[in-house]
Amino acid sequence: MISKRDVASVPPESKRNEEPSELLRELVAHLRQNRTQLREEWVVRISETRLLTAMTKEEIFAEATSVYDSYVEALETEAFEALQAYARNLSERIIPRGVETHEVVGIVLLLRDVLARSLFAKYQNDFKKLNRILDAYEPAANRIANTVAVGFVQERERVIRQQQEAIRELSTPVLQVRERLLILPIIGVIDPQRARQLTEQLLRGIRTNRAKVVVIDITGVAAMDVTVANHLVQTVEASRLLGATVIVTGLSPEIAQTLVTIGVDLGKMNTVGDLQGGIEQAERLLGYKVATLAEQS
Amino acid sequence: MEVPILKQGAFLIATFQAALSDADLNQLRMGLVQQVVKFRSRAVIVDVTAMDVMDSFASRTLREIAHMIRLRGAETVIVGIQPEVAFAMVQLGLTLEGVATALDLEEGLAYLNEKFKVTN
Amino acid sequence: MVGEIRVAINSDQDIVSARQKGRVVANELGFSSGDATLIATAISELARNIVSYARKGLITIKKVNGHNREGIAVIAADEGPGIPDIRQALRDGFSTSGSLGLGLPGVRRLMDEFEITSQLGKGTTVAVKKWRQ
Ligand SMILES: Nc1ncnc2c1ncn2[C@@H]1O[C@H](COP(=O)(O)OP(=O)(O)OP(=O)(O)O)[C@@H](O)[C@H]1O
Ligand SMILES: [Mg+2]
Repeated sequence: MISKRDVASVPPESKRNEEPSELLRELVAHLRQNRTQLREEWVVRISETRLLTAMTKEEIFAEATSVYDSYVEALETEAFEALQAYARNLSERIIPRGVETHEVVGIVLLLRDVLARSLFAKYQNDFKKLNRILDAYEPAANRIANTVAVGFVQERERVIRQQQEAIRELSTPVLQVRERLLILPIIGVIDPQRARQLTEQLLRGIRTNRAKVVVIDITGVAAMDVTVANHLVQTVEASRLLGATVIVTGLSPEIAQTLVTIGVDLGKMNTVGDLQGGIEQAERLLGYKVATLAEQS
Repeated sequence: MEVPILKQGAFLIATFQAALSDADLNQLRMGLVQQVVKFRSRAVIVDVTAMDVMDSFASRTLREIAHMIRLRGAETVIVGIQPEVAFAMVQLGLTLEGVATALDLEEGLAYLNEKFKVTN
Repeated sequence: MVGEIRVAINSDQDIVSARQKGRVVANELGFSSGDATLIATAISELARNIVSYARKGLITIKKVNGHNREGIAVIAADEGPGIPDIRQALRDGFSTSGSLGLGLPGVRRLMDEFEITSQLGKGTTVAVKKWRQ
């Protein structure tokens, strides 16, 4: 990331005539004077380049106005916090619309280009001045592009992390089927991280629902290595420490084998063939009458 | 630090504080066994809700308490183990095997009342 | 957090204060409360071994930086009798004091990294780390 000092360390040659800050002031004045025209040019370029296609013309125009003003302000004050906050805010609004990183970086680079062209046009007869102005403009413009891009990428990462978190929560739902009875159907691949999350979620669930019996159904678990099998055993033990009995259902012969290999006494673990049978046993433990079984006995 | 022991009908209730030292635990063990004998209690509830760490020493003490109380014809129920503490305990390998557990004091009392069919 | 925290271990009271300080540091470093409980439990075991076998020692708790990650380090050092057979001491259920023999192997499971050095008659140092998720 770029620190504040980078802008101050503009090459010494540009100091010969005007201070860079003086040049920037002149530049800012130019950009303010030609705001309407330059912004229009920029918006046209954005649609020509087919960027921000997920947004309407009006939306693009409104954002372009805000970005333009923030951009000029950042050039003037050399303070990037406001721009950074704006970038984050903008990202928050447009990421859900499906706007991609390259589009955001693209529009900022386009703006840099539009402004540079207008500087060429203005100073085409004073080549030396043009060079000095560009020397002052470029580092600042690069920093702005950088700030916006970094802000966007960070926001995107945050959104992705949040989504992953939500997906994980969804993929290990702790369901309360009746009072004091929880079901934890585990589906898919379990890695140690997910196994741990699952255990913590279940333990919290036992507490908040005051569960006395938990059915862990592992029918949907593809494979289980020794680490994860150990986790399962620990989950059963920890649940008992909270006063809940665990019934494991859907144990495949392969997983049963893994458990035996790591020394789990399957006789000590409460296992029942399938989920339905597990729920029936749970209800017996809770003292409910189970119709189907009552008929059999 | 004193561990309060409360007599509730045929049961005794001992409430652990967060920062019990080994000496406190040893003292509690002696106190509980004496009171079980004195009051002819049928069961002891040890409430560990306030304990934020349960290490091997505390766990071993609880097991010993349960064992000594069983020798005097009464039962022990440990209540109030926090979810995070339970997770740490099983990682350590502490499972309190052979000792009854319940979610909290209310559950512990319900369990004992059911078992002994007494109404306090 | 400034530098590192040291807790002198001389009695069973110090075990409690060492693990309480460990939890505070873990919280400051942004560990989840579940992880903070694991860390505090590990400290409790290491401090207890010092009291039981070496009588006195020192627990140091500090922040550590790894590749792209932050963590907590706990070092338990004493100048006690040392451990004759470390492999044996790390086995579940091995104890010379008639205890459960779960302390050292348990700490190894609670933390991410575990290192032990011991010299007979010189002392024992256990250094453990846990990384933040
Ligand atoms: N700091 C130490 N100095 C000397 N010996 C030690 C030290 N720490 C552990 N040991 C030796 O290693 C053995 C195993 O230690 P560990 O903590 O795993 O079990 P424990 O202390 O015997 O029982 P528990 O911790 O379950 O109550 C101890 O019995 C002791 O002989
Ligand atoms: Mg020990």
